[in-house]
Amino acid sequence: MGVVKFSTVTIGVGLLVLAFAHWLKLDYFYFAGYTILQFIVLATAWNILGGYCGYVNFGSAAFFALGAYSSVFMYKFYPLPVPVLVVIGAVVSGIVGFGMGYLTLRLRGAFFAIATLALAVVLQTLVVNWDYVGGSRGAYIVSPDTVDIAGFQINYIEYLFGLMLALALIALATARTIERSQLGFGFGSIRDDEIAAEASGVPTLRLKLIATTLSGAFMGMAGAPFPYYIGYLQPSSAFGLEYTVNSIAMPMIGGTTGWVGPLVGSILLGSLQQIATVTISSAVNLLIVGLLLVAFVIIAPNGLVGLAQEYLRPRRQR
Amino acid sequence: MDISVDLLINAIVAGLLLGGFYAAVTVGISISFGMLDIVNVAHPAFIILGSYIAYFINVNFGLDPIVASIIALPAFYALGALVYQVYYLSFEKRGQESLRGLAFFFGLMFVTEVSLILVFGVDYRYVKAAYIGPSIHIGLIDMPLRMLVPCLAALALFGVLELFVSRTFLGRAVMGVSQDQLALQLMAADPIRIKRIAFGISIATASIAGALLIIIQPIEPSVGREYIGRVFAICVLGGLGSMPGTLIAAMLLGVVESLTSTFYGPSWAPAVAFGVLLLTLAFRPAGLLGR
Repeated sequence: MGVVKFSTVTIGVGLLVLAFAHWLKLDYFYFAGYTILQFIVLATAWNILGGYCGYVNFGSAAFFALGAYSSVFMYKFYPLPVPVLVVIGAVVSGIVGFGMGYLTLRLRGAFFAIATLALAVVLQTLVVNWDYVGGSRGAYIVSPDTVDIAGFQINYIEYLFGLMLALALIALATARTIERSQLGFGFGSIRDDEIAAEASGVPTLRLKLIATTLSGAFMGMAGAPFPYYIGYLQPSSAFGLEYTVNSIAMPMIGGTTGWVGPLVGSILLGSLQQIATVTISSAVNLLIVGLLLVAFVIIAPNGLVGLAQEYLRPRRQR
Repeated sequence: MDISVDLLINAIVAGLLLGGFYAAVTVGISISFGMLDIVNVAHPAFIILGSYIAYFINVNFGLDPIVASIIALPAFYALGALVYQVYYLSFEKRGQESLRGLAFFFGLMFVTEVSLILVFGVDYRYVKAAYIGPSIHIGLIDMPLRMLVPCLAALALFGVLELFVSRTFLGRAVMGVSQDQLALQLMAADPIRIKRIAFGISIATASIAGALLIIIQPIEPSVGREYIGRVFAICVLGGLGSMPGTLIAAMLLGVVESLTSTFYGPSWAPAVAFGVLLLTLAFRPAGLLGR
C-alpha cells in the first residue's frame, strides 16, 4: 500500500469508528474506547524502541505520567486547549527520553532498562513532593461539559475520544512509516547485531536516541489528555504499574516485528481487561495480563502475528 | 539549617546499619546480574515473597523471622533453579535474553506482586520478635535493635557468601562462568549447571533479605518497587560482580539516604538511589571496584 492509499484508509477507518460511536450514543463506549485507544498509543510507542531496536523500556508509566502532569501544571498555570497540551506533553516526555537515552544508551542495553525502571520511582517522588501539582493529595481538573467545534456542541468525552483516536492513528502511521524507511532498517540492524551495525557504519547511538525520543514523546502524548479524562489525578494512578506492564505485554502478545502487532495486542488485551475489570476484579485482571505476558514470551516469541504468519505460510516452507 | 553533631553522628550510624541491610538485599543481584549476566528485575519481588513467608511462619508458629527464613532457604533455592532452567531453555539458549528475557522477569515480578496482593491484601504486615522495640545507647549514639540485628545478620550472610565465592571450588567455578563461559566448557565443567546453582543461591538470599526487611519495616506487596532502583544502583556503583564493592556501595548509599532523610525529609530518600545510579552510569560505569 502506498502512502496516499494508506492515509486514506487510516482516515476512513477513523471516521467510521467516530460515526459508529456517535450512532451508538453510549457514554460507556467512549470511556472504555478511550482506554483502549490510549493503550494503542502506549503500545505502539513502546514498540518503536522495544520491538524495532530491541531495547526494553520499563518506564512507560513514568513517561505517561510526565505527559499527564505537564497538563496538570499547565492547568494550574495557564489553561490551554487539550491538543496544545498534547504537544507540550510530547515535548516534555521526549526531552526526558532523550536525556535518559543519552546517559545510558552508550552502555550495555540492560543499563537502559534498569534506569527506566528506577525513573518511575524517582519521578513519583518528585511529584509527591511538589505541592504545586497537587503533591500526594492529587489534583482536581474541572473539564467543561461540551466543546464548541465549528459551531457544533460536542460532548467532552466524545471530544477526548476523538482526540485519542487521532493520536492512535498518528502513532500507527508513524510506526508504519518508520518500518519502511531507512530509519527502520537502521533500527532493525541494531536489534539484530549492534556491533555489526556499528562496524558497517550505522550511526547506532544517534538512531537509538531518535527511537527513545520518539517513543517517549508518544507516551507523553498518550498521558497529556489523561487528567481531563479522569478528572482527579493522583501520583499513584498516573504512575500505575499497569501502564508499564500493559505497554510491554500488548506488543509482546500481538507481535513486536511490525505495527500490526501492538494494534492487535492492545485491542485484544484492552478489551479483555475492560471485561475482566467489570466482571471479576481489577487485581485478577492484572494477574491475567502478567501471566499472559510470561506465557507468550516463553511459548510464542513472535506473538499472535507470528503465530498467524506461521499458520498461513505454505506447508512446504514450514 | 542547623546541623547538630549528635544528629549527624546518629544519622551516619543509622545509615551504616541500613547499608548493612542493603548489602543483604543486593547480594542476590550481585550474583545474578553481576556474575551471571542475568538481569533479574524480579529479585525485589522475590524478597517481598520472602518477607511474607517469614511473616506467615512467624504469625502461625511463633518462630523468629530469621530462623523462619533459614527454614525456607531450600524452597527458595529450588525456585531459583527452576526459574533459571526456564530462562535458559526459553531465552538464553536462543539468544533472546536482551528483550524477551527481560520481559519475562518483569512479568514474573508483576505476577508475584499481584498474587501477594490477592493472597494477603494491601494492608501493612509486620512480625513480632523480642528485638523489635528496644535500643542500645552508647554515649551519643542510639542504635535500635531492629536495625542492628538485621545489619549483623546481613553481614554474616555476606561473609558466608564471600567465603563461598573465594574459597570453595563451586564458588570459583561461578567466578569462572562470569569471566569466560567457553573456557569453563573446555575444562569439562558444565556452565549451565553452575549457573543454575548460582542463580538458586542468589534467589535463596532473597529469603533471608526478606525476613530482614520485614523486621526493619512493615511491608505491603508493592514495597519491592522501591528496592529496584536501590539494588541496581548499589550493584552498579560497587562494580558488577565485585562482592567487596557491593558492601562498600551499600554502606555509602545507606549513609547518603539516611543523611537525606534526616536533613531533607524521608520522602526524598527514594530519589537518592536513582541519582547515584545515573551519576555512576554517566561518570564511572565500571563502578568503584569494577574490573
